[in-house]
Amino acid sequence: MELASIENNNFKSLKGFFNEVARLTRFTSRFFKEAIKPPYEISTIVKQSYSLGYKSFPLVAITGFIMGLVLTIQSRPTLADFGAVSWLPAMVAISIIREIGPVIAALIFAGKVGSGIGAELASMKETEQIDAMEVSGINPFKYLVVTRIVSATLMLPVLVIAADAISLYGAYIGCNLQGDVNFHLFFLQVFQKLAFSDIFPAFIKTFFFGFFVGLIGCYKGYYANKGTEGVGAAANSAVVIASLAVFILDMIAVQITSMFN
Amino acid sequence: MEVIVAEVAHLKKSFDNISVLNDINIKINKGENLVVFGKSGSGKSVLIKCLVGLIEADDGNVILFGKNIADLTSDELNSVRKKVGFLFQSAALYDSITVRENLEFPLRGFKSKSKEEIDILVIEALKNVGLEDAIDKIPSQLSGGMRKRVGLARTLILKPEIILYDEPTTGLDPITSKEISNLILEVQKKYNTSSVIITHDVECARITANRMVIIKNGVCFAEGTFKELSESKDEWVRSFFT
Repeated sequence: MELASIENNNFKSLKGFFNEVARLTRFTSRFFKEAIKPPYEISTIVKQSYSLGYKSFPLVAITGFIMGLVLTIQSRPTLADFGAVSWLPAMVAISIIREIGPVIAALIFAGKVGSGIGAELASMKETEQIDAMEVSGINPFKYLVVTRIVSATLMLPVLVIAADAISLYGAYIGCNLQGDVNFHLFFLQVFQKLAFSDIFPAFIKTFFFGFFVGLIGCYKGYYANKGTEGVGAAANSAVVIASLAVFILDMIAVQITSMFN
Repeated sequence: MEVIVAEVAHLKKSFDNISVLNDINIKINKGENLVVFGKSGSGKSVLIKCLVGLIEADDGNVILFGKNIADLTSDELNSVRKKVGFLFQSAALYDSITVRENLEFPLRGFKSKSKEEIDILVIEALKNVGLEDAIDKIPSQLSGGMRKRVGLARTLILKPEIILYDEPTTGLDPITSKEISNLILEVQKKYNTSSVIITHDVECARITANRMVIIKNGVCFAEGTFKELSESKDEWVRSFFT
């Protein structure tokens, strides 16, 4: 009897999982359909880009700076053991540009923007604002969802470029805390070792990170229920799933990049 | 001869196998205020949400201006919806923008209107509800009654032919409730709109109703004027009015 109950619960959760995947797939396909169909909400996209991008900049900048500084300080002793301290700028730069910069910035973005979008849309749903849009003949999906996903997709790459640059500056300061490296020499070493194949794939994957952070935030907010409790749940699950999606996408991106390399 | 602007025929709706509306049949005449009365949880709000297509009915027909909304494409439904106003229970104002922007929002679909024309419409709608001074406030700076008024102004800005009111006086003090009820009546007289008013506020029903319907167990249990129903022989019906 107990076994049957466990099997029943497992079946229900499996069914729930596939239902969720089906609904997310429909949501995604609706996004593409609505995104290409005029009218385009350009002014709202610009407004959202300011809100999602510009307002996230201080957080991403601070994180980027600390990341570069700490990575440099932590890497120095190991490189010193091998007598390879001169490799420090190049090694830190490659780590930052290829991997750490995009992933950390995307995680910060998921935490701030993903949760923000999730909570905002869930709260709008709870207070019937989305219904109010719909009954006044405005397409809420286009106005709320499409604009946020497009803005998130466009803004994260910009933030990652900024985070990478600030992070490299942090690395330069880190190098100078225990040594003496000229600013010009540091960046000469960095750019001598960086190849197009380091920068381009890392930049491309940030569009996907941004897209999924926006998509998951909107999806969780748009389908939130259970009243005010649902607002918190939507924000929370948006962060968790978006962060997980960033890691999964990163893993896929690394595999694809390795194949081409 | 009375002109029917909206009709609900054999409407059925259930949630998770719990039947909310079993067989609802209602006709709304032009220029009439129809009050839908019933206990909390009797499906009144579900009924008006079905009426405007926010909730899809399981069975039955909803006909707005002669068109069955189930047969309409989303673009067609949107154009029909522009002739229907909806005042939500919470007023559903967009809380991140000002009152002016809230009122401008439904006009986004009308690209032909100039900024000056939009300004005139916004001010006129706010004057109708006596709140022209609140134009630059944000919803959190407004009281419950003011929010309802702004919600009504936003509904009026599209000059709808039918207005659906979901519990317009819930959560308001008796004086403000009476003001809102009188405002509903004024709107009906000024614009000759048809209205469906969902409420369990007897005073609101008394002021606004031309005709009333009482819902019980998912069906229209009783129908008539306020006077007829308040003097009904059925004890359950009469209990609403005492």
